[in-house]
Amino acid sequence: MKQLTRLAILVATLLLCGALAAQTETPKVFDSEEQEARFKDLTLELRCVVCQNQNLADSDAPLAQQLRGEIYDMLQDGKSNEEITGFMVSRYGDFVLYKPPVQANTLVLWAFPIIMLLIGAIVVAFSVRNRGRKLAAAQKKGSA
Amino acid sequence: MIGRLVPVIVFVLLGVLLAFGLRIADHKTEIPSPLIGKPMPPFELPVLGQPDRVLSNEDLVGEPFLVNVWASWCPTCRVEHPYITELARSGAVRVIGFNYKDELSDAQAWLRRFGDPYELTLQDYSGRYAIDLGVYAAPESFLVDADGTIIFKQIGAVTPEIIENEILPRIGK
Repeated sequence: MKQLTRLAILVATLLLCGALAAQTETPKVFDSEEQEARFKDLTLELRCVVCQNQNLADSDAPLAQQLRGEIYDMLQDGKSNEEITGFMVSRYGDFVLYKPPVQANTLVLWAFPIIMLLIGAIVVAFSVRNRGRKLAAAQKKGSA
Repeated sequence: MIGRLVPVIVFVLLGVLLAFGLRIADHKTEIPSPLIGKPMPPFELPVLGQPDRVLSNEDLVGEPFLVNVWASWCPTCRVEHPYITELARSGAVRVIGFNYKDELSDAQAWLRRFGDPYELTLQDYSGRYAIDLGVYAAPESFLVDADGTIIFKQIGAVTPEIIENEILPRIGK
């Protein structure tokens, strides 16, 4: 019985923690579902500059909260997605974009998967050809 | 023959990639500022402790200056403070304080405790102007030339090496 009470207290405390954490940021009211969807897309695509392996949507850092507020205000002002990402890039650079533009210094990044695919294709082609040759040689031996 | 070399080639390529990664790992968290070479974004900020004295860009330009972003909650700011103080006292460049997201009483207590070398300190309580400057942590320092153009940004503590190798040469000292 005592254990059950303890468990109940633990569960209640944990639930309360969630409520407290959620309260730190005032919920945003959107004009439309379309606007809310754009807010979600933008915050998912933009990197939090404080905790650099998180996006703006996930981060609890105060600066991320503030930047979410800025993005929300810009959406309310009727700014386009390009204007909003432009706002972020002009301050923090291309680094904030999870999808960086294709340009000289990101060429390796974008080309790497294609290069890997090519290398893989070459390796496969070589081994298939080798195997074919070996097989042919073996068959020749067998028939001879 | 070539088939046997493939693992070696892959290994070498991977090695090169990892070596490159290690080389840049030290600076990985530093985001190059797109504001270098651009004019300092327009601001209107009160001087710390003098809410009626609001300054803008025109009040600062004319001579090169270093904007040092600090806060009482920032431990690394204490580390660099002696060097910032030394630089300000040397008279080589004007040093402007930029108090970032801080309570006034905390900021003033911090200056009393560690010394106030700043020509003046701007107060950005909300941190809104810091967003325009691309500040994402403290300390950060911006070197601005006589025309009001940002010519260098230091992310993290200013050290004697940074002063010697990055800041002074850029203002011809």
